[in-house]
Amino acid sequence: MKDLKTDLEDNSHAEAWAISSAQNRFPKHAPPDPDPSSSSYTGDFALPRNLQKWEDPSSILNYDTLRTQQTYTEEFGGSSGTRSAHPQNPSVRDHGGLQMNDIIEINKILEWDPRTMLNNLSFLEQKIHQLQDMVHLIVGRRGGPATMGRPDELVAQQQQLVTADLTSIIVQLISTAGTLLPSVKNSLSAVGPSLPDQQLRQLGEILSSSSLGMDAALPPQPSDGGGPKVPDQPNQVDPCGHSSNEHVEDHESKEEEDLDDGENLPPGSYEILQLEKEEILAPHTHFCTICGKGFKRDANLRMHMRGHGDEYKTPEALAKPHKDMSSEAVIIKRYSCPYLGCKRNKDHKKFQPLKTILCVKNHYKRTHCDKRYTCSRCNTKKFSVMADLKTHEKHCGKDKWLCSCGTTFSRKDKLFGHIALFQGHTPAVPLDDTKGQVGAGPSWIGETNEDAQKPGRASFSLGSDGEMQNIMASVKGSADDPASYFSPLTFDSDNFGGFPEFGRPPFEDSEGAFSFLIQGSRNYPPKRGGESSSNNLS
Amino acid sequence: MKKQKISDDDNNNPFDAISHEIVFLILDHLLPHSLDVKSFSLVCKSFYSIESLHRRHLRPLRTHHLPSVLSRYPNLSRLDLSLCPRVPDSTLHVLSSSPSLSPSLRSIDLSRSRFFTPSGLSSLALRCSNLVDVDVSNATDMRDAGAAALAQAKNLERLRMARCKMVTDIGIGCVAVGCRKLKELVLKWCLGVGDLGVGLVAVKCRDLRTLDVSYLPISNKCVPSIVKLPYLEDLFLEGCYCIDDDGLAALKDGCNSLKTLDISSCQSISPVGIPSIGSGYASLKRLNLSHGIPVTFALVTGLKKLSMLQTLKLDGCMVTISGLKALGDCCASLTEISLSKCAGVTDEGLSYLVTKHGQLKKLDLTCCRKITEVSIAHITRSCTALASLRMESCTLVPKEAFVLIGGRCAYLEELDLTDNEIDDEGLEYISRCTRIKVLKLGICLNITDRGLSCIGASCPELIELDLYRSAGVTDAGISSIARGCPNLEMINVAYCNDITDTSLTSLSKCLSLNTLECRGCPLVTSVGISAIAGSCRQLTKLDIKKCGNMDDSAMIPLAHYSQNLRQINLSYTSVTDVGLLSLASVSCLQSMTILHLKGLTASGLAAALLACGGLTKVKLQMSFRSMLPHPLLNHLEGRGCTFHWRNKVFQVELDPKCWKIQLEDNNTLQ
Repeated sequence: MKDLKTDLEDNSHAEAWAISSAQNRFPKHAPPDPDPSSSSYTGDFALPRNLQKWEDPSSILNYDTLRTQQTYTEEFGGSSGTRSAHPQNPSVRDHGGLQMNDIIEINKILEWDPRTMLNNLSFLEQKIHQLQDMVHLIVGRRGGPATMGRPDELVAQQQQLVTADLTSIIVQLISTAGTLLPSVKNSLSAVGPSLPDQQLRQLGEILSSSSLGMDAALPPQPSDGGGPKVPDQPNQVDPCGHSSNEHVEDHESKEEEDLDDGENLPPGSYEILQLEKEEILAPHTHFCTICGKGFKRDANLRMHMRGHGDEYKTPEALAKPHKDMSSEAVIIKRYSCPYLGCKRNKDHKKFQPLKTILCVKNHYKRTHCDKRYTCSRCNTKKFSVMADLKTHEKHCGKDKWLCSCGTTFSRKDKLFGHIALFQGHTPAVPLDDTKGQVGAGPSWIGETNEDAQKPGRASFSLGSDGEMQNIMASVKGSADDPASYFSPLTFDSDNFGGFPEFGRPPFEDSEGAFSFLIQGSRNYPPKRGGESSSNNLS
Repeated sequence: MKKQKISDDDNNNPFDAISHEIVFLILDHLLPHSLDVKSFSLVCKSFYSIESLHRRHLRPLRTHHLPSVLSRYPNLSRLDLSLCPRVPDSTLHVLSSSPSLSPSLRSIDLSRSRFFTPSGLSSLALRCSNLVDVDVSNATDMRDAGAAALAQAKNLERLRMARCKMVTDIGIGCVAVGCRKLKELVLKWCLGVGDLGVGLVAVKCRDLRTLDVSYLPISNKCVPSIVKLPYLEDLFLEGCYCIDDDGLAALKDGCNSLKTLDISSCQSISPVGIPSIGSGYASLKRLNLSHGIPVTFALVTGLKKLSMLQTLKLDGCMVTISGLKALGDCCASLTEISLSKCAGVTDEGLSYLVTKHGQLKKLDLTCCRKITEVSIAHITRSCTALASLRMESCTLVPKEAFVLIGGRCAYLEELDLTDNEIDDEGLEYISRCTRIKVLKLGICLNITDRGLSCIGASCPELIELDLYRSAGVTDAGISSIARGCPNLEMINVAYCNDITDTSLTSLSKCLSLNTLECRGCPLVTSVGISAIAGSCRQLTKLDIKKCGNMDDSAMIPLAHYSQNLRQINLSYTSVTDVGLLSLASVSCLQSMTILHLKGLTASGLAAALLACGGLTKVKLQMSFRSMLPHPLLNHLEGRGCTFHWRNKVFQVELDPKCWKIQLEDNNTLQ
């Protein structure tokens, strides 16, 4: 009897289930509008209003498979184990079930598992039995006095429940049979975009571990009628692409910043915050509520607060305020750039939100602010974010260690490791070294025969080191163009369309060799990199 | 080889019968740089050409005539340019383009030369394909490009680059890659070379036998690659302050062939690291631990396993008695021990040590001020084969002890008794060491002519005699030495006030005399020097500082006869412009010290300096700096001459006894 009652309740909530599940996934401030035409997102995310309209078999499967979740848990590891703890709770079911459902789907796509099929069939059998019992009960009550109260209403409800359950069974049956058909595979791509970020990631992880190749080969399918539409980016369903985006660092270049939106949140599924320009550019983000002093870090603020009284000195007050992990529905926050017309502004047609406050700050500074920080080494590169400058400075002008093969190294030990490894490779001597030695003779030179030797000596020295100098000159000359950082070993005729001087043979007339010397001496060594590059610019 | 024909002589020339090979064998017995060879070549045309063909080594005084010289000597293999301060690229181009020299040249010494550039080195390296030995030490302005130029000499086996301070890892890297056959590499004081350069050398030059990386800023990082050198025999790590116990421990993992290890002045090495030497190198023969850790019992027991050890240097170390005793017990085969300036050397420890090492050949006890006749008794009793004993400033050793030395150590060849209590009786016994070659008796105030005459009578092999400030010596003593020691090459009679021209006249019988120091002998005049100059043609160094009676008349015979004079000190003499100018005709003269010459004027000095083409070093009063024209100074510096400007006040010489007392006062104060 008790079983039956829960079952009844279960069924009575069946209609509301879709809504509640949607609410769980959507931020609370944006409840689903019952009217599809007025809703901003129903077009993209058409959740069925009633069970009969469900066309996505997986959604129904989700509902139905919940009771046998325990059996799947073993198959799919502990990832869904916690969720199966309350199989009767619809809201919990919704969370875990959807995911579980997808996993089952995927597994079926990957490999048809007879065991899963058997499980599904026995589950269906059980379900039919339950429905049978319920119909029996209804038949029994009709004859009894209990039906006297509000008979019409109750009958209608019971009828609806039975219909719902039947529909569910039918769909489940179709779905189970459908796993054997290749066309169902496409449902994966249709399901993907509707999933919350976290679930998609898990999905991606499972997928990428087993079936990277196959899935990547699948072209993203346009969504069918009832399924949610896939937003612009075709790579959003690709789990590999997504997982790589997870590791993108905040201070990476703008191009990469764009990519990190591969998370593919449907519009409206998150809360949009927009900081003001002043707020973004403010040096401090944490302010003391008592004296107003600003801090860059919360920890520093907490240390500061100790000065305002003993109540701030307790371990609790000083402890890091840990995030409330237990709360079920964490509202996803995304940020909008305050700059109108920016793609990152929420009013933009193809709005792409920013993930964190740091992203906002870096984006705003990089895109909409002056580049205030100039590299002190090369005096050409400018940056608006300090971290970008520091990253650049780590590498700027560092490729000063040169091998005779033309490979440059930013570190001397790397060059020496390279030379130790390869036969016949020699460290290249910086040009100013040679030059200094050539001109090092005393200026007076009294003996006449030495005067006669002088020009010959100079030209000889150029010729003798010619090979090395030419290599160096050509490499360093090319280094002016940021697009052409390459080793001479990989010289391609294509690369040199615009640089006729690199086509020169290594040995030429003395004039040519001298011009190389001059060119090289301007660019090498990078100890004087700052001056030399500025010379080149002017 | 063809027989030499002398057609113009009708008489039967006995040398016609002798083939070149035999004459070559005779010539082989003459020193290559001696005047004998020169005399031989001047006998006749035949000898001249034989000598030209025979000569392998050449040490030219200047580079001007090199082209003709090179055509005279077709078989040169070694060219020593150490007397040529200026070797510009043009010279090196001439050398490398000479058709006879470039294939045969195997060795070149540029250690004292300047003004060559990478261009010259490059042509040398490229064209002299058989070059195996190059010395470019002291090329302080040579940079990586120079090293890279040298690296083109593919067959190089021996490269000395000491004090090439501007060369960095890059240059050494070029050498390591280019000269794969290197067997000996000296990088001492190449301060620009670090771990990477040395490491690469060790990786690339697998044949290395000798590696000197003293005073380089290298650390433990390059040790593992050094360890992997399969044939390394001599490793010098002197003053590598970044190498510590870990580096030493890493060293022991390989280097089975190591015979010499020098870790003197390595301040980061502690006693902890020493046992790793003891356990690592079974074949080690020479170990230098000077100026390092204290020599204690524990340290020495760490060295116990070095059964092959022959030479041990502990100069400047703290030494304990137990350490010395342990040293006596552990290394059974020691032939050479150096304890110079070791604090803590006492009779007890030293006696034990020497009794255990009866086969000692060399013992250095310089400044071991605590030892007495007890030590000397033990040394002389057990180490009868001693060939060299240095005991400068062992002031507690009484005069009786020297009797023991002379009586028991019959094989002594070198004896340093500077600043000791030895007297005539001691010298009499020392004279029994008939093989003695080097005798240093400086600041021995107790010796007189009587003792010296004993030496002169019985030590015919004496080559070097030092009587610095031994004021009891007079003409009679010197004369007996001059009579009895015809091989004398070096004598120092500085501040022996009673020495007169008679001594010098008698010394003029020592025809091989090349060094004469009679500083501060006021009685010596031009007559004596003239006698020396007239007969001692080998004279290369002459110090007549503070010989107030020396005047221009001494310079004229010097200029005339002593054509080998290289170095002269004329300070505080009465030499004037005339003397200096005449001296300038000595073409070999390289170093001059001319301070406080009253008769010297700026113009005279200028003329002399200009005339003296080979000068490399001149010490002058600071006042002349402004008086000499600048272009002249620039010109001289361009020729390779360096000026040392001194601003010393005129010093009045002290009484010798007074000087000794002052010295002792200073010692006691310290």
